[in-house]
Amino acid sequence: MVSVAKTLQLRTSPHVTSGASVDLIMRHVVWALVPTALFGVYAFGLTAAVTLSAALASCLLAEWLLCKWSEQPSTLSDWSVAVTGLLYGLTLPPGLPVWMTMLGGFIAVGLGKHLFGGLGYNPFNPALVGRAVMQAAFPVGMTTWHAAFGSGRFSSVPSSLFTFPFAAPEYTDALTSATPLAAWKFEHNLAAASDLVMGFTTGSTGETSAVLILLGGAYLAARKMMNWRIPLSIFVTVAVLTFALHLASPEAYPTAPFMLLSGGLMLGAVFMATDMVASPMTTLGVVIYGALIGVLTVTIRLWGGMPEGVMYAILLANAVAPHIDRLVRPTVYGTSGRKA
Amino acid sequence: MFTSLAIGGAILGGLGLLFGVILAVANRFLKVEEDPRIEQVEGMLPGSNCGACGEPGCHAFAERLVAGERAPGGCTVSSPDGIVQIASFLGVDAGQEAKRVARLHCAGGLGRARQLADYEGFSGCRAAVVAGGGGKSCSWGCLGLADCEVACTFDAISMNPDRLPVVNVDKCTACGDCVVACPRDLFEILPLDQPLLVQCKTPLSAEAARELCKVACDGCGRCAQDAAPGVIKMNNNLPIIDQNAALTLGDPRATVRCPTGAIRWVTGDQFQDRPAPIREGR
Amino acid sequence: MRLFSKKTFAHGVHPPEAKEATAGLAIRRFPFPPSLTIPLSQHIGKPAVPVVREGEEVIRGQLLAEPDGFMSVAMHAPASGIVRRIGLMPSASGKMVPGIYLEPFPGSSQEVPDGAGVDLESATADEIIAGIQAAGIVGLGGAAFPTHVKLKIPEGKRCETLIINGVECEPFLTTDHRVMLEQSDDIFMGIRYLMKLTQAAKCFIGIEANKPDAAQHLQDKLPADLQAEVEVAVLPVKYPQGAEKMLITALTGHEVPSGGLPIEVGAVVVNVATTAEIGRLLPVGQGIQERVITVTGPAVKKKGNYRILIGTPLRFILDEVGVEDDIARVFMGGPMMGPAVSSLDIPVVKGTSGVTAFTLREGGDTPPKEYPCIRCAYCVDACPIFLNPSQLGLLAKNGEFATMAEEHHLMDCFECGSCSFVCPSHIPLVQHFRVAKAAVRKAKAS
Repeated sequence: MVSVAKTLQLRTSPHVTSGASVDLIMRHVVWALVPTALFGVYAFGLTAAVTLSAALASCLLAEWLLCKWSEQPSTLSDWSVAVTGLLYGLTLPPGLPVWMTMLGGFIAVGLGKHLFGGLGYNPFNPALVGRAVMQAAFPVGMTTWHAAFGSGRFSSVPSSLFTFPFAAPEYTDALTSATPLAAWKFEHNLAAASDLVMGFTTGSTGETSAVLILLGGAYLAARKMMNWRIPLSIFVTVAVLTFALHLASPEAYPTAPFMLLSGGLMLGAVFMATDMVASPMTTLGVVIYGALIGVLTVTIRLWGGMPEGVMYAILLANAVAPHIDRLVRPTVYGTSGRKA
Repeated sequence: MFTSLAIGGAILGGLGLLFGVILAVANRFLKVEEDPRIEQVEGMLPGSNCGACGEPGCHAFAERLVAGERAPGGCTVSSPDGIVQIASFLGVDAGQEAKRVARLHCAGGLGRARQLADYEGFSGCRAAVVAGGGGKSCSWGCLGLADCEVACTFDAISMNPDRLPVVNVDKCTACGDCVVACPRDLFEILPLDQPLLVQCKTPLSAEAARELCKVACDGCGRCAQDAAPGVIKMNNNLPIIDQNAALTLGDPRATVRCPTGAIRWVTGDQFQDRPAPIREGR
Repeated sequence: MRLFSKKTFAHGVHPPEAKEATAGLAIRRFPFPPSLTIPLSQHIGKPAVPVVREGEEVIRGQLLAEPDGFMSVAMHAPASGIVRRIGLMPSASGKMVPGIYLEPFPGSSQEVPDGAGVDLESATADEIIAGIQAAGIVGLGGAAFPTHVKLKIPEGKRCETLIINGVECEPFLTTDHRVMLEQSDDIFMGIRYLMKLTQAAKCFIGIEANKPDAAQHLQDKLPADLQAEVEVAVLPVKYPQGAEKMLITALTGHEVPSGGLPIEVGAVVVNVATTAEIGRLLPVGQGIQERVITVTGPAVKKKGNYRILIGTPLRFILDEVGVEDDIARVFMGGPMMGPAVSSLDIPVVKGTSGVTAFTLREGGDTPPKEYPCIRCAYCVDACPIFLNPSQLGLLAKNGEFATMAEEHHLMDCFECGSCSFVCPSHIPLVQHFRVAKAAVRKAKAS
């Protein structure tokens, strides 16, 4: 008889876990973004590859430096900053000067994330914070779009890409093009839905191919790493609103498919609005949150001065998310809503 | 353009003036008259709002001092000079109360009390207790995970190398935060002038107690026999010290024959006369 | 029989079931240990009062301690032997508790004499309740709540539904499964007593769909006299369906009020093994001496369902079944709710449905790395009582225990572990809640 003579470990129950972990979730978000990123590089060429790399590198570097300076263990291994870097890069117009891209990356991680206490404490999606600051600081750079599928996109890059820091970039009109939203807003020129689905239009590096974004989203939703109710709520709100408006006045308002597929709505709804940290936690809460983003997006796009409004819509909804959580609390079992 | 500016300025200025008048009137009529001495006395108190005096805070204590319901010595945090200052200000007797400090009823630190299992989880005594008791064989003893050190607002508690909390009697204000924090209820607020102290809480006796811990009280009762009559009484295998009797009759002889050193004559901080920790077995 | 019922409760999780190793193994008798340590309080309520002296010889089934008031049950000798000592002994909570040290006689036949049985036909409700209390029966599912207390229907309340809990949602455990397969007659006898006592119109036997053989067996064996009222209800597999409140909601749709008892929605829930013990012991007037325990886990060599004497130390059990060299953690019960023990001198008690042992390979040398909460809401979607564990966790870290209890329903948490199970940040939420609940109770007491 062997006597059990061991010092046992004492932990509290439960003694098993589901196997989910933060770094695993973040890694899968990165995987889900890879097809979109690859398509961006295919559509815009070398310049997109440079922009994405610069965005990713600046975010990683910022995270590493900020952890070092605050004397905290490095949080690079949780992969969350990789998600931020990639998402931030995908929202940028290809051809944006590299120094601007990198500056925005530092802002995204420093201002959007670490200022609030790092992972888990950021009230806004850090990538969008970076982009919003860039939009305000460099309105021209952020709204100068290069045409997709330009010939020679794999052999040369636009000169604007390597503009000297703090110098204004120079653009050649021959290479630039209008996004479908701007084309509609300023020229009343409606892009074909099929082009929008496949991504044969111009725009930010990662926002053009609706089908690849939805594919990535479906993968995350299937793995329960993304709350599918958020994009669904946004899509339904935008579709219903636009459909009604278009019905009322087909001249003044675009069709619902155009609104859904153009601009950053797909990328924003699937990958940005679903940022776990900055979105509400309850089912009813996320539906309200999604509807809010949808209404704001339509409002800004149709009646605002700018052609695109997804970014501001999401940031505003992020700010409201904690209040939604406070207002919409699920009824605790057996209380019929009574206080404890 | 200018007119709209002027109208805006006038409205804002008018509003400011109106609210200013309301505030001035409110201050005039709604002001609660308070004995000015209360504020002055409060200024002489430490202002830590620790509650050791038994009042909700320093302001409440100052009110009762001025009303003559308490003596300045009731504040255990003030320096003796500070108390004398308040007493002379109010023209009352300082009423020095005996200094009381928090004492730990356990000396079973690392290497003395047996450790059965390794607690793995977030640090803290209360956290360890919910995990099967924390793994210490003695279910009455100090877990050594410093909940009291964290709870102490006066920095009076520090963990020694044996993982026992040492209460700095100079800094301790007897506020009782450690008493609340300890999940094993090992702290007691006791008069500093009374050095007879039982550093164990196990109700086990003889071999069973000694098996748990090298410095456990095994309930032999020798201390009760050696102390002056009425000072120590045995109850549930533990010596119970009558604090009032011990103040006048207590003497170190009661601790001499203790086989485990569970009862001690402690005049300053606890655990100062210990040999280097014995690190063996767990 | 409703084989494909979709009825269940909201939220919950799906931990790996890990029951296949023992589900097919018939219940076997475990050897008697050389010494037994029998706590006087194996139930929620007041400890029993010993009626034997140190040095006294007792025979198996003899009364060792009698109940101290209504909220207490009797304790009987698990084996014939000699009472060595009455004093403090280690328990699973880590506290020393009063108990009886009994040394079984090696040569005894260990026969249990019959007592005065409770006759099903003639007994009144109060007599059945007294019989259950005298038999020392408590909830054998793990909670160890005195069964007779929940069967005492308060004035003005009526029991509509009697629910026999054969859910056994805790991973690894197969005791109830085996009892349903092997003791169907005892279960039905127990149901007769319970139906007579509660006057319930309807009785469900709730079984999860991962035990189709047990459900089929009970359906086939259902006696004619019970066919009108008793229904075998098969439920989808989901944790923690075996929790009393969750099972009531799954079967009847009612929610038990916060802080209230099931009888407030006209339901009484009794564990299936408890029911079997009532049916086995009451007719012959005996008390509980042993129970079926699943001894399992990756660290156990001879896994199985064993009939083990109450008071058998874990060390004896693990020595008999053999363990792997790298055994690291041992729990009373299963891995979701079972508390880890600090010492193998702790005995199994009436509420012990399983002994699970893990090696270093399960969960590693140290607990998994903790990340900050990323508000993923996995816990919100897991909590069967609709708390917000994420928010409670943040409050707990700040020590705001009173706020947790007053505004966030902390005290409704029954520590099922679903939130900690799903948390990708590996925050020990349930442990935080236990600490908070202890602090709230301490504050309330003082």
